[in-house]
Amino acid sequence: MEPVSIIAGQVSDLDRSDVDTDQIIPKQFLKRIERSGFGEFLFYDWAKEPGWQLAAAPILTAGRNFGCGSSREHAAWALQDYGFAAIVAPSFGDIFYSNATKIGLLPVVLAEAEVRALAGAGSGEIDLEAQEVRFAGRAVPFEIDAEIRHRLLGGLDDIALALRHEEVIAAYERDRERSGPLTTAL
Amino acid sequence: MPQTLLDKIWDGHELPGGLLYIDLHIVHEVTSPQAFEGLRLAGRTVRRPDRTLATADHNVPTDGTPLAAQIKDELSRVQVQTLERNCAEFGVPLFSMGSDRQGICHVIGPELGLTQPGMTIVCGDSHTSTHGAFGALAFGIGTSEVEHVLATQCLVQTKPRSMRIHYEGSPGFGVSAKDLILATIGQIGVAGAVGYAVEYSGPAIAALSMEGRMTVCNMTIEGGGRAGMIAPDDVTFDWFERTTRPGGPSGAALADAIAGWRALRSDDGASHDREIVVDAAAISPQVTWGTNPGMVVGVAERVPAPSAFETPAERDAVERALHYMGLEAGTPIQEIRLDRVFIGSCTNSRIGDLRAAASVIKGRRVADHVKAMVVPGSQLVCAQAEAEGLDAVFREAGFDWRSAGCSMCLGMNPDILAPGERCASTSNRNFEGRQGRGGRTHLVSPEMAAAAAIAGRFVDIRDWS
Repeated sequence: MEPVSIIAGQVSDLDRSDVDTDQIIPKQFLKRIERSGFGEFLFYDWAKEPGWQLAAAPILTAGRNFGCGSSREHAAWALQDYGFAAIVAPSFGDIFYSNATKIGLLPVVLAEAEVRALAGAGSGEIDLEAQEVRFAGRAVPFEIDAEIRHRLLGGLDDIALALRHEEVIAAYERDRERSGPLTTAL
Repeated sequence: MPQTLLDKIWDGHELPGGLLYIDLHIVHEVTSPQAFEGLRLAGRTVRRPDRTLATADHNVPTDGTPLAAQIKDELSRVQVQTLERNCAEFGVPLFSMGSDRQGICHVIGPELGLTQPGMTIVCGDSHTSTHGAFGALAFGIGTSEVEHVLATQCLVQTKPRSMRIHYEGSPGFGVSAKDLILATIGQIGVAGAVGYAVEYSGPAIAALSMEGRMTVCNMTIEGGGRAGMIAPDDVTFDWFERTTRPGGPSGAALADAIAGWRALRSDDGASHDREIVVDAAAISPQVTWGTNPGMVVGVAERVPAPSAFETPAERDAVERALHYMGLEAGTPIQEIRLDRVFIGSCTNSRIGDLRAAASVIKGRRVADHVKAMVVPGSQLVCAQAEAEGLDAVFREAGFDWRSAGCSMCLGMNPDILAPGERCASTSNRNFEGRQGRGGRTHLVSPEMAAAAAIAGRFVDIRDWS
């Protein structure tokens, strides 16, 4: 994962609530076994509707509960591959939020009025270190879990970090692991 | 200090470094190939293949195609064969096509006895919440997290807040577990439980079978909650006592386990971060009319008008939904005519669901203009249903009796709706295009779907005789 620090530039806006991951990347594209190349299929069905416009830009603003539904990480891959580096919305689906942070696609929660104001400004700058979004001469703070922020800023590999705790995991398995089930015994 | 069920399971699995130990990891073909590839590139192995189980479900054709090599769709075939290769390479047990234990990941975990009270369970699928019906902490994860669990048997996880949804009163005749959860999502909204693990309680929950409890927990994610759970009780223990389950304890080990499982409940006086009360007695059979599971009404009601909603954003969403669904505001739900009926999915494809649907249609015929199908959730459910003669009941009524898989819940296999087709479905999502591009999905219980197949339109199951 590439480190995330400052994301600046144009804002694209998708002013809809409850955008589910089935819309972000429909099921027929989940059959690929690669991680890349999903961007061209982003919002595949909606993109065919008359009047649809969603320019690739560093920042995407959206309505509440963005990324609800299916756990498919392909949705986060597609948004990133399309060109977005940060998504700003009043709230996110839990699994989508987590998936985005794992690949360095920054999810930012702002109050609905601030999301609309950022969309209206048309461009802005997101500073993860300072935890603020700057646009139209203002700086709006946002909250993010300290551990997630640390990992994003450093572009850290979660698995490598966890494996540093190998002794702790092994001790848990030795002392506290519950008995069964063993899938290999089936 | 009194603890919630969530507190107890969390405490039993929390490790330093912000890690949560995972007892059972279920893997399927769609969300795992990139995770195995990640392991390969980093030279890592699967830490605990003995706590990992794989199955093929999403892409599996339900026409009885016996082997992955015979799947006609090339991408689907490659995806299932990739799972087979990955499991062989990394030593992960797999029930693929051709196995008599193959089935939907959230059906086979419980039926094999692998899903047990007090466990932490994850899978790269949002309906992993299903397993919480046993008093487990179970939630869906993305592919990066699948790779993380494969490599470390842990997840980086912050503890969710806890929500209790308490049902007061008893549901009336004809009101099923599916109706309880659909009405609940209608009440709290599709983002109502975002950030929470939900514990369901009350007499209406205690009265449910394990199948019914799985239906409720399954759809927790449709209300935004990543995990749903129900404290284990005698109904739960009976699941293991009545049937020998190869992945679960038996004999003296089972008695010991049950003694421990009895402590898995929220203590008296334990406080949840949010409490919601639902009046179970007021719930009627539910039918969704829109494009998310919160867009739902009782079967005796009408399709709502955009003007009935408060905010401009809601009115926009309702207008979009009605346009997509091809529905006029004010139409009585029971005048909605159907083209297709689908009974299946991880929400409603277990033996209890099939028995309930069969009891409604016995001796009747599917309406001439309706194509109806039943897809058991697993090969074991399929075999059980056939042993009970349910397949004959469905076939004689004109249903297509299929073999196990995710089928038309999500359209990754040949079972899909054509554009404009309208379907009564026992699955969990009525999102645009979910069952096929342009397809129109109405979510209902198995009983309501079965009756709709016969009548060719929605009917109130409470009037069915």
